[in-house]
Amino acid sequence: MTGLWTLFYKELLRFWKVGLQTILSPLVTTLLYLLIFSHVMESHVQVYPGVGYTAFLVPGLVMMSMLQNAFANSSSSLIQSKMSGNVVFLLLPPLAYWEFFAAYVAAAIVRGLVVGVGVGLAGLWFTPVTLAHPLWMMAFALAGCAMLGAMGIITALWASGYDQMAAVQNFIIMPLTFLSGVFYSIHSLPPFWQALSHYNPFFYLIDGFRYGFFGVSDVSPELGLLIVGTCFLALSLATLALLKSGYKLRN
Amino acid sequence: MIPAIEFCEVHKRFGSLHALRGIDLTVERGEFFALLGPNGAGKTTLINILAGLSRATQGCSRVMGHDVVVDYRDARRVLGVVPQELVYDAFFTVREMLRFQSGYFGLRKNDAWIDELLHNLGLTDKADIYTRLLSGGMKRRVLVAQALVHKPPVIVLDEPTAGVDVELRQNLWEFIRRLNRDGHTIVLTTHYLEEAETLCSRIAMLKQGRVIALDTTHNLLSAHAAVQVRLKLNPNRLPDVLRPLLAAEKAGCFNLVLNDYSGLEVVLATLREASVVVDVLEVSKPDLEEVFLRIMGQAGKEAAR
Repeated sequence: MTGLWTLFYKELLRFWKVGLQTILSPLVTTLLYLLIFSHVMESHVQVYPGVGYTAFLVPGLVMMSMLQNAFANSSSSLIQSKMSGNVVFLLLPPLAYWEFFAAYVAAAIVRGLVVGVGVGLAGLWFTPVTLAHPLWMMAFALAGCAMLGAMGIITALWASGYDQMAAVQNFIIMPLTFLSGVFYSIHSLPPFWQALSHYNPFFYLIDGFRYGFFGVSDVSPELGLLIVGTCFLALSLATLALLKSGYKLRN
Repeated sequence: MIPAIEFCEVHKRFGSLHALRGIDLTVERGEFFALLGPNGAGKTTLINILAGLSRATQGCSRVMGHDVVVDYRDARRVLGVVPQELVYDAFFTVREMLRFQSGYFGLRKNDAWIDELLHNLGLTDKADIYTRLLSGGMKRRVLVAQALVHKPPVIVLDEPTAGVDVELRQNLWEFIRRLNRDGHTIVLTTHYLEEAETLCSRIAMLKQGRVIALDTTHNLLSAHAAVQVRLKLNPNRLPDVLRPLLAAEKAGCFNLVLNDYSGLEVVLATLREASVVVDVLEVSKPDLEEVFLRIMGQAGKEAAR
């Protein structure tokens, strides 16, 4: 297990050393969203009865920043190692492929949570936030970060360069998060888009996470967690299979 | 005793390129072994297969008896590889890198050995500097240190002295020699053939994915070495009888290659008969570079046939 711990610690130290870019900058970006959207929308929209728009928005933004940063952590670390060639330092030692997986995902979770907590605390400054079901909230936070951490590994394994990485980030991850109900409830959407949103796993993450705050959700949290858990399991198995086969790493 | 390294019938194909065409090679424990060959011969591919950085299309490879695929964790524990590329992690200092590398090999408290490595490689004062800020030669030393954090019994160095100055090269080889004396098996690839000649007890030569020569350094030198003669003549014209011996014509001098020293007698006799005066005569003793070129040349002719 020493190998796993070392890699986990190395991954933490990596993003910590460039905290300005990996923690502070996503924090500022998310707070700008909060500032602008709450200013423009607060008086116009009330998604759940008795919940102000800013209070509704904060959990959405927390989840969004967690997802994006969890993804960014594993993907950028691995693609950098691949491109610079220093991934050999991880390929030469007797690290098991599951240790490799666990360390990257765990570090992605930590980075996601650190940024998420930061956004959440800053959100408190804008609006009081209730916590109806903290355990549900934690469950969806962990599931979301873990899922995106695994997606980050897959993307970095597949990508042959930074442009392909950026393509996945901009054409898949960003639309999926933005269109998952961060800024709105899918009930406000036309029926077609509402139905389509149910095929977006990120929707369940944000919906379930919000349930942890307000006790209200579009889908029951049990079903949400089941769907999200299944997605995570499938992604993990896929990642493990890729790592075991040495896909684009050992060739 | 189980050999340090075994390759049996190893093939590697990259698409249509057949990079390794059935390598059979055994390196015994305690050997100082050289893997030589021109660029693209398959040396690095072979090392990568041994290190698990690449997978053989066919055949098996073992380190200290551990199969590199089936038993990969044990195989990697006993192997230290210094990669050819100057790679480093921009985020970390030398000491951090060495601590991480120790951890990946399952070693928690390794600072005593890390300090010793830093000392032996002249890196002590660089320990807390970011690797990316070091010069090329220093980065190379860090790579050597990283390969040795787990005290591997088998050490593979892929062109460790490429782009390294003379003094460092001497230091590095002194250190590697000491490791060899302590019982570590050393395999190296290099383009500096005089290094291989002085350091290595046995040599394999690769060309186009095949082992075309495998013997002790001594045997290779005595079996293949030719005597080289450099002549400056007056009048400056080589008698036709000697033309077949001509290897090169440089700066008005003729370079002849003879099978042995007795051939010299014939050359001189022929020149005397032709009334040619010898202005300059230099005889050079056989070295590995020449043997290498000869063997590569022969393999080329055989392949062409």
